[in-house]
Amino acid sequence: MDFLNAIIVLFNFTVIPALAYGSQLALGAIFVTLIYAVLRFANFATGDMMSFGTMFAVILTYYFQSLGFGLGVLPTALLTIPFAILMMILYMLIIDKFVFSYYRIKKSPPVQFAMVSVGVMFVTQALIRIIIGPSDRRFLDGEKFIIKATEFKEMTGLAEGITLKSTQAITIIVTLIVVSIMFWFLNRTKTGTSMRAYSDNEDLALLSGIDPKRVVLITWVIAGILATIGGVLYGLDKSYRPFVYFNNMLPIFAAAIVGGIGNPFGAFLGGYVIAFAEIFVTYAYKRFISYLLPEHLEPDSLLQLLSTDYKFAVSFSILVIVLLIRPSGIFKGKVI
Amino acid sequence: MRNYKNVIAAYSIMIFLIILVGIFQSWSIALTILNYCLISAVMTIGANIQWGYAGLINFGIMGYTALGGLAVVLVSVEPVKKAWQVGGLNILACIWIIVAIIFVVKFILNRFDKSKLRNYTVASVILGGIILLRVTAAPGIEAIESVDPARTGFLGGMGLPVLFSWIVGALLAGSLAFVIGKIALGLRADYLAIATLLIAEIIVSIIKHEEWLARGVKNVIGLKRPAPYEIDLQTSEWFINLVTKFNSSKLNLINSISDKQEALNQMVIDASSVYVKLCFTGLFLTVVIILLIVTQKALYSPWGRKMRAIRDNEEAASAMGKNIVKEHLLIFILGSAIVGLAGAMMVTNDGLFTPGSYRPMRYTFVIWVMVIVGGTGNNFGAILGGFVVWFLWVEAAPIALFLINLFTSHLPETNAMRVHLIESAPYFRFLVIGIGLLLIMRYRPQGIIPEKIIKQ
Repeated sequence: MDFLNAIIVLFNFTVIPALAYGSQLALGAIFVTLIYAVLRFANFATGDMMSFGTMFAVILTYYFQSLGFGLGVLPTALLTIPFAILMMILYMLIIDKFVFSYYRIKKSPPVQFAMVSVGVMFVTQALIRIIIGPSDRRFLDGEKFIIKATEFKEMTGLAEGITLKSTQAITIIVTLIVVSIMFWFLNRTKTGTSMRAYSDNEDLALLSGIDPKRVVLITWVIAGILATIGGVLYGLDKSYRPFVYFNNMLPIFAAAIVGGIGNPFGAFLGGYVIAFAEIFVTYAYKRFISYLLPEHLEPDSLLQLLSTDYKFAVSFSILVIVLLIRPSGIFKGKVI
Repeated sequence: MRNYKNVIAAYSIMIFLIILVGIFQSWSIALTILNYCLISAVMTIGANIQWGYAGLINFGIMGYTALGGLAVVLVSVEPVKKAWQVGGLNILACIWIIVAIIFVVKFILNRFDKSKLRNYTVASVILGGIILLRVTAAPGIEAIESVDPARTGFLGGMGLPVLFSWIVGALLAGSLAFVIGKIALGLRADYLAIATLLIAEIIVSIIKHEEWLARGVKNVIGLKRPAPYEIDLQTSEWFINLVTKFNSSKLNLINSISDKQEALNQMVIDASSVYVKLCFTGLFLTVVIILLIVTQKALYSPWGRKMRAIRDNEEAASAMGKNIVKEHLLIFILGSAIVGLAGAMMVTNDGLFTPGSYRPMRYTFVIWVMVIVGGTGNNFGAILGGFVVWFLWVEAAPIALFLINLFTSHLPETNAMRVHLIESAPYFRFLVIGIGLLLIMRYRPQGIIPEKIIKQ
């Protein structure tokens, strides 16, 4: 019984949150990696683009709520995602037309692209703050929990409970659906193959009649979908705050590089690697251990490897270690 | 001489703008802006050495700035004796443990060939070391942080003059750059950018959360100053006489003695803050001028030519027998040390150390915008960039507010659109900086004052 309790403690406080957080990171990391693979630059506006898409979802959620639309037990935000994606793609295409396309045609070095994306980051951040303001917003409605700890305890008779928030379940399910559709698209369809060909060798792809404009357009469309969904899921799970989204860019970058930048599957797994590492290293194992050890051996300290203040630092340290030992990432991306 | 014309013109416009602020807002605000412009200029000189001379992209400026700030606390604050008594030994032991870990890892790496076993050994040594560190440090940290937590709760500094900390800040930042450079400099440009950005974030989070070191997010206030304090000035005879002399014509217009005294008091208060800021301006200006002379000399020396050769064509420079790795590391250290100096100057100017305020937006990206806008590879350009961008960063909000009021003046006061725009006026600074950067990148990628190569 104690063993079961220990497992449940670990599952409730580490595995479930890490899966949800990892899914959110994974979507962002695939976004970074796609832009890197096809358009060939590190997009420093990642976090703010996700924030921009989420902003539309938040505004539309408030609008739908005022009209009385809703999905019952599911959050209204799910209904607004398609519209938010459309707006996001439109914004990305405008940015691409007026900013990035010029440098792409000129074949500028990646560093210049990165600096341009910093400019885009500033502009996007300004627009977000001017439109919706910098404050913290919650836009979750509908049922909050799928399983509550007390219900679980009553059901099973165990001393520890499992809490499953609806946002966590939605995050994991939606991520799996989106990511599987995307991988199917990239690997099985003709357009997806042409995108991969363009990413592998631009000149050969052009030679075989692939239209670069179309590839770029589709990349931005997929990027818009990933950015918006990733952003909305994060916002539903925690809350929507522009500043936090900017900061999230950093673990997302770490996930993309750890997975091997330019490799979408690597980025997907990289998201979970970072999330699990962050949570496992900063989790206090006292309760877990106390179930496993006999009573007189119970530990005094929290048994925490690092305090939760260092959550971000953990993911960055993993990045540094990966860069040192295996610079192309765990799942072989582009060689640096 | 014709070449210098646009430089002189650009700087005159900048000085004119600051004087305008002095006339329309107040001289105190104008001097604050000028001081920050000078600090930004030091940062841009540092970033420009890395980016403009050598083409290294360093997004970790925030980390070095914070480290420079930390140096001010560690050097100038009086030591907290009680904290040293209760926990100093543990902290010293920890330092020895860290040194030991580094030596053991280095020994293993040098002594044995590359193998899985070696990797696991190194990993277990580091992990074991971290656990040992935590066990050793925990009681000490707890004891230190409980020493009068409202005022101290940290080890304090060395109680030395604050100007000394500027050098220490540069040294600290330089040695950090050595470590980071060893790790990250082999990476491709955009990886280097991401890696340095993340490492800077790690450093700031350590400074933020290790309260025994510099009180963390609880901030250290009331740092020493290399300039006189306002309150001392206001009571000193010579200063009041000076103010009276300067304003004698204005004071003579006032007839009643009590009014005159009141006006004089107000003038003394205003003048004291201006005087203190002028002292800082003098100090900062000295630093900027020294750095400018040194970097300018370096740029046109054989060493500078070598750096440019490496930047423009690594393979060719390498074929000529230049050690690229070594030169990159050296320039990375030099640039970062200058940024660390700027960080120390900034904390000295503020008189307080607030680790919570170190954010990549303000301390990395804005500095980069300064370098790009001003002119990469040209020190005059980089300094001008620091001035222009900092000026816009500060003055964008008031200007935006003015424009919003102008264009929405036909709308009623309570119009939702107008109220919303007025509330969001501070965020127009991001818009101005972003659009400015994009325009410069597109139409004048070499910056306002482009790099100038003198043929010798």
